[in-house]
Amino acid sequence: MKKTTLLLAGTSLALGTTSAFAGSHTGSITAVSWGGAYTVSQIEAYHKPWTAATGNTVVSEDYSGGIAEVKAQVEAGNVTWDIIDVEKSDAVRGCDEGLFMEIDPTSLPAGSDGTAAVDDFIPGSFTDCAVANIVWSTIFAYDSSVTTNGPKTIADFFNVDAFPGKRGLRKSPKANLEMALAADGVASGDIYDVLATDEGVDRAFAKLDTIKDMVVWWEAGAQPPQLLADGEVAMTTAYNGRIFNAVAGEGKSFEIVWDAQVLDVDMWAIIKGAPNAELAMDFLKFSTATEQLAAQASYIAYGPARKSSAPYVTTYHSNADLEMGPQMPTAAANLATAIPNDFEFWADNADELNERFNAWLIN
Amino acid sequence: MMDSSGSLLAVDGTPLRRKLAQSMFRSRVRAFGLALPLLAFIIVVFVYPILDFLRQSVYDARFATLMPATSEAMADWDGSTAPTEEMAAALVADLVIAKKEKTIGKVATRVNRELSGTRSLFTKTARNAKKMKPPYMEALIKKDKDWADIETWHAMKTASRVYTPAYIVAALDRKMLADGSIIQQSEERRIHVQLFARTMEISFLVTIFCLILGYPIAFLMASLPLRTSNLLLILVLLPFWTSLLVRTTAWIAMLQAQGVMNDLFVVFGLATDEDRFSLIYNKTGTLIAMTHILLPFMILPLFSVMKTIPPSYVRAAKSMGATDWTAFWRVYFPQSVPGIGAGALLVFILAIGYYITPALVGGQDGQMVSNIIDFHMRKSLNWNLAAALGLVMLVFVMFLFWVYDRVVGIDNMKLG
Amino acid sequence: MAEAQTKAFVEFQRVQKSYDGEVLVVKDLNLAIPRGEFLTMLGPSGSGKTTCLMMLAGFETATHGEILLDGKPINNIPPHKRGIGMVFQNYALFPHMTVGENLSFPLEVRKFGKSEREAKVKRALDMVEMGDFISRRPAQLSGGQQQRIALARALVFEPELVLMDEPLGALDKQLREKMQFEITDLAHKLGITVVYVTHDQTEALTMSDRVAVFNDGVIQQIAPPDELYESPENSFVAQFIGENNTLEGVVKEINGGVALVELDSGDLIDSKPVNVSKPGERTRVSIRPERVEYNKDRLQKGAHTLKAEVLEFIYMGDIFRTRLRVAGNDEFIIKTRNAPDQVRLTPGTQIEIGWMPEDCRALDA
Repeated sequence: MKKTTLLLAGTSLALGTTSAFAGSHTGSITAVSWGGAYTVSQIEAYHKPWTAATGNTVVSEDYSGGIAEVKAQVEAGNVTWDIIDVEKSDAVRGCDEGLFMEIDPTSLPAGSDGTAAVDDFIPGSFTDCAVANIVWSTIFAYDSSVTTNGPKTIADFFNVDAFPGKRGLRKSPKANLEMALAADGVASGDIYDVLATDEGVDRAFAKLDTIKDMVVWWEAGAQPPQLLADGEVAMTTAYNGRIFNAVAGEGKSFEIVWDAQVLDVDMWAIIKGAPNAELAMDFLKFSTATEQLAAQASYIAYGPARKSSAPYVTTYHSNADLEMGPQMPTAAANLATAIPNDFEFWADNADELNERFNAWLIN
Repeated sequence: MMDSSGSLLAVDGTPLRRKLAQSMFRSRVRAFGLALPLLAFIIVVFVYPILDFLRQSVYDARFATLMPATSEAMADWDGSTAPTEEMAAALVADLVIAKKEKTIGKVATRVNRELSGTRSLFTKTARNAKKMKPPYMEALIKKDKDWADIETWHAMKTASRVYTPAYIVAALDRKMLADGSIIQQSEERRIHVQLFARTMEISFLVTIFCLILGYPIAFLMASLPLRTSNLLLILVLLPFWTSLLVRTTAWIAMLQAQGVMNDLFVVFGLATDEDRFSLIYNKTGTLIAMTHILLPFMILPLFSVMKTIPPSYVRAAKSMGATDWTAFWRVYFPQSVPGIGAGALLVFILAIGYYITPALVGGQDGQMVSNIIDFHMRKSLNWNLAAALGLVMLVFVMFLFWVYDRVVGIDNMKLG
Repeated sequence: MAEAQTKAFVEFQRVQKSYDGEVLVVKDLNLAIPRGEFLTMLGPSGSGKTTCLMMLAGFETATHGEILLDGKPINNIPPHKRGIGMVFQNYALFPHMTVGENLSFPLEVRKFGKSEREAKVKRALDMVEMGDFISRRPAQLSGGQQQRIALARALVFEPELVLMDEPLGALDKQLREKMQFEITDLAHKLGITVVYVTHDQTEALTMSDRVAVFNDGVIQQIAPPDELYESPENSFVAQFIGENNTLEGVVKEINGGVALVELDSGDLIDSKPVNVSKPGERTRVSIRPERVEYNKDRLQKGAHTLKAEVLEFIYMGDIFRTRLRVAGNDEFIIKTRNAPDQVRLTPGTQIEIGWMPEDCRALDA
């Protein structure tokens, strides 16, 4: 606890001295991320301290996921972005397509407790071209002020008789198929084995069929809290951080159900041919350090990708009574039935399952 | 003067036709010169990029370029016999290079498109390719039994074609096999034909709704004095001054279950509070929002045509004993047809390519072809398929133009 | 008067029309048209003549007053039930129909059978000598041909009353004169009543049984063409119909149907008092150019004469047109027939001119 205070004091000191460096900054990078509360957490925990420490500035841009823009920039030979926050599947695919620079994990700084980076990061934090910064998850949530006796399990989400009302789902097979199988009784450890078979896919779609008519499809992360707030749906899948922020920041009475949450990581990747690749690499190393990842956790409920960050995770930045630890997808209580996203599976099968999903949607 | 063949001659004896061509030549050169800058501009920034992109619908050299030996070894293989050791050797050699050059991801992605699940097969095998020893076929199968599956090789064979109809075929819900034959996709994966049909249906309905709503307004505007009609015109154009995204989002606020429209329905007892209408995130929402957004494109050509119809026609008809309706239907309406044609064609073609609105308010059954193109552009990165879908749509729109020209006549269209 | 009312086929009774509630376009119009008459409404644009026609056709409603057709008020009858044929300024032939379809249209809406329609259409086309053009489109016809088709279309359903709104305005002079004759001829042959609107006074004079001269929403005079020309009742009509010389002055005395007028130049002339009633009134005397005489032998004894100076002589073929300065007026015109014994006046010559007192009309100032 004492350590934490010191760390925070150090951060605020660094923040306070930003202006002193402003005149002497040497460069600027363009960091692209998902916008909203998530980008805010990155600005507070990464950008500002980095600017304070190095004098370099960060131009923050928003995008809505996918790597089409990156592909367009690289193929046109006109790269304007430097570093981008991507989902793991996109990190892998972008690497395959030659859109991202390779990153050697051993070049990353060791954790604050001295553990080497490759051991400090949780498993699955590295691909050839990207380094994880946070762990997020797809959960489902409801408004407890409307639904008093709320759902408890993923099976309840698919039970429209006991829990009537519309459902919000992301317009993508990812997470939906996993949750459907979990609701159908597949143990979280067996999900991808089942999904690898044709019968398993059929089974997942059959489960989705049971609620298909009740579904409102969302695409952007900001939509599900809005759908809940508008009363457009009774419950919806969502990114846990978005729901947390609606609760902590806007006082909504949303409840998260952690059963069968699908864990995933977000990663930093540096675009091949980035105008400020070296600075971007420096920024990547800085922002994925123990302290920065821990600091980010006080702005949004996404778990730090480094184990060494866990002890520094404290309370919500604007509410000292709100402990962030239990809000994390990685909190022990939330992990019991969690499904870690199998990126290898999705890299292999995304095309086919997307195709099937799209066809299923319109039929 | 005439020559022996009977064609007219000019005074100096040259055929009149040639004389005319000579005298016209200068003015033609001048006309061409005047059009040249715009022509060049359009070709450079419009025609060329589009053609270049559309080329991707039939051209994909990724596999052939990155796996040259394999492609060559497979060139003569007809897919009916078992893969040869020669092919396996070429494959391993290519994999070693691809691993070294870090192009294996591209190769794997390309083959994965033909046969799902082969991506990891390629990346895994490539990692070990360097250590493999002949006989290569056995070595490959030892690494992963999927190499014994002829389907894997079929997929590579299909991927190795540089010019391939595979994407266009896929855009029509068909699948090309290694031997070049084309079969229909399995039922649960057919999507595009149905989507094209739905796109047509939505565009058609939107056009009809725009016509039904726009015709009376245009008629009113054309018959009002200039001051009043100008005011109405401004009201019609008002939505153009707001961004498309804002207008679409406003429809969400209007139409959602807890939105303005449903609140009104509840107030007037047309719906109960528990059982509100689903006006959005479905086809209804798409139709309502698109009709609203495209309405001005119907009203403007209608108005500009109706403005030129003198009131004396209807008066003449009435003086001859026609009732108001007969005068309208037999005399006024036929003369407004060029405006209907122009407006309908404009709205229909704009509607076919609509994308933001169905994406936001369309839900699952209000999606259109443009949304799947967007999906392949941004999410799946299958730009070849996106180009193929675009090409199919382009051909279809051209066909519609042709039909329109045949039925109504393109010169019969008036935009103002 | 009572008899005239029963005879009238079309009648306007105290009709007023205003579009904006502030200005009267037609002011208190009273007009009776007997069956079979060819009546022309003549006047400058904005005089209210077209408005009257449109009220009769039913496309405008009278703000006040009653319009009767064959003794029945028609204010509340919609245009299509009035059974009035109409020819429009720009013909209004339906461009999407052939000539035959255009003519067939009024018969179709009247539910005539097919064979009857064909017979009537053929008869109407033959009447205007356009039988060969039945399958043409209006755009393929010349202006004169379109005009005939428009006429045939207005007549094909055999209306008793036909309205024509400046139907010849778009034709060239020669064709116009030919059509003027054809229209009157046809109207008289068919015995239909025609109300014809024009701003061309020659047209009005040559075609009509009676002409109603409109100005400022009021009928200035309604009379047969000769009466209108020879005896205009006010200076507007005198000015508007034909060419006219005016001289201004004051009435000195009125005696035995002759008014003695002292012109502003001081000269005295005799004239016929038309709308002057007592000495001291200002007046405008009007003399037709062809009634002015300068051959002393032909001048009446004792008539007042005026001195004139020849300013310009124009040879016009059938007539000579000579411009004079008379009593300070430089625009005094005389017209003389190109007869073998006629003198051609040369500019600069001083002459004396005179006229019969009854040809010189003292009108309102």
